[in-house]
Amino acid sequence: MSTILAVLVDGVIYASWLFIIAAGLTLIYGVMRILNMAHGSLYALGAYVAASLAGAWLRAGWAPMGSYAMLVLAALVVALVVGPLIERGLLRFCYGRDEVVLVLVTYALFLIIEDVIKLGWGVESYFIYEPYGLLGNVEIGALSYPLYSAVLVGAAVLVGVGLRFGIYGTRFGKLLVAVIHDREVSAAMGINVNRVYLVTFTLGTFLAAVGGALTAPTVSVVPGMGVETIVLAFAVVVIGGLGSMQGAALGALIVGLVRSAAVHFFPQVELFSIYLVMALVLAVRPRGLFVAAEARKI
Amino acid sequence: MTSFRRTTLGLGIALLALGLAAPILPKWALFLVTIAIAKGLVALGLLLLMRTGLVSFGQGLYFAAGAYAAGVGSQALHIGDAVPMVLLGGLVAAAVAAVLGLLLARYRAIFFAMLSLAFSMILYGLLVKTSELGSTDGFNVAARTVFGFPIASGLGRYGVYALAALCAFGAAVGLDRYLGSYLGRLAPAVRDNELRVEYMGASVRNVVHLNLVIAAAMAGVGGALTALAVGHIDPEMAYWTTSGEFVFVAILSGTTSVAAPFAGALLLELLRSFAYEHAPNTWQLVMGSAMLAVILFLPEGLWSIFRRRRRAAT
Repeated sequence: MSTILAVLVDGVIYASWLFIIAAGLTLIYGVMRILNMAHGSLYALGAYVAASLAGAWLRAGWAPMGSYAMLVLAALVVALVVGPLIERGLLRFCYGRDEVVLVLVTYALFLIIEDVIKLGWGVESYFIYEPYGLLGNVEIGALSYPLYSAVLVGAAVLVGVGLRFGIYGTRFGKLLVAVIHDREVSAAMGINVNRVYLVTFTLGTFLAAVGGALTAPTVSVVPGMGVETIVLAFAVVVIGGLGSMQGAALGALIVGLVRSAAVHFFPQVELFSIYLVMALVLAVRPRGLFVAAEARKI
Repeated sequence: MTSFRRTTLGLGIALLALGLAAPILPKWALFLVTIAIAKGLVALGLLLLMRTGLVSFGQGLYFAAGAYAAGVGSQALHIGDAVPMVLLGGLVAAAVAAVLGLLLARYRAIFFAMLSLAFSMILYGLLVKTSELGSTDGFNVAARTVFGFPIASGLGRYGVYALAALCAFGAAVGLDRYLGSYLGRLAPAVRDNELRVEYMGASVRNVVHLNLVIAAAMAGVGGALTALAVGHIDPEMAYWTTSGEFVFVAILSGTTSVAAPFAGALLLELLRSFAYEHAPNTWQLVMGSAMLAVILFLPEGLWSIFRRRRRAAT
């Protein structure tokens, strides 16, 4: 009984983390038709900046609670600096080209950011454990979890609700939906498509970076952490259907639960269970769970 | 002279040059060229897929399958000669692609890229957890003989190098021939508009499936050659970043010539060995920037520079 509970709780925690990252990926794809291979690197960048900022805060001896603000600040810094830089500096020259070409462009970007991180922070690992243990533990049945995990789950719910409200409840969200449906007609109707793209990419970058920043206290921040994350996030959005927010949520939940079940029951299949699920879903629903098949055009 | 005969002649000259260069090349250069040829073979397979309009982020799957097939062949089946090991590598990779192709051939564009990536990650996960195959450490692979010559002796030293050169020559000439054939010419047609290809009565799925198998066989041979040249294999060969490197070579070389992937792979290996020595942490930075430059300014790859010159001259 307690094993099943552990599987569920671990799965939900893992799914929350995945959802925050996958939401950014699917948002960027949904609006801009860019499958951003550099998303994992932006995640890693968020983790590094968070480790530096929160580390500096704690070393200065200020109130440890403030380190949480530093985590969010780190994500904001990455989003506001790197997001516009990439969108204005590179991606805008590639709009209108094939989706696969944009995958290659962002793959090149991924290679570049990986090395920029190594140049900026070196190859040693960074640890900031304080925010993780600061909130104490919470008992679920016979199991004890750090309360920080609840923060992660809360953040994921906040992101989900926020995006849902942002897209369907605000003026900008309605413009966004219009651009998703038809970019050219939206532009003809006077929507500033460039601005929508810029905001979307910055928001997507923020989600990647905040995923990284919130993870930073729970792991050691090392080079290559983005390499693994991006293929996991791909699996999530492909299972749910590219560009679908509900899909990302369901995909994250599926991947989270499958992984935690694999960890508890069949540890030897942990690594590939996720990709197996992805391959199975694609075999049955070629475009993922939440996207209907399109008619082919001549 | 037809373009096929011109290509064959050019490749023949290249093969001859490789053979003549062998005695004067230092040991590290022999190794570097062998690795470049092995990786060039994988990129050559990608060239065929790219002509069909597909980019695979999972060629590492076939690369690793070929390498592990060669390794298992020498360990468990006691194959001592390098030639059957390489053949086995190509065959196993092709067989894997023939099975996976049943599913993969239904996908295009980013879905094809993602699904092939997922398959290669499945193999990676399997290999990492299989202790019989050495888990994350992998295991050593060595051939005792090449073409019957003992590898330790004087002439056998060049054995793997010669084998790689011959494989590359055969694959390049064969692919050039294939691209000019009826089936091969369907590839760009599928890329341009597959619905029209179907209206004309050809099976798009069969073309894609066949091209997948051919590309996989080349990647398998490349993997087996890499295993023999390096003498060691590990699951990293199936990781998606390895596949990304092959895509890099394919983008760099473009799809205009069957010789280009080998030139591209050689360039990559040369750059890499210099970069590792002088600035190990900027290697990917250089690679990424080069890739961006090629995509933005030379969409047909570096090889197209020669083409444009030649056209301008005539």
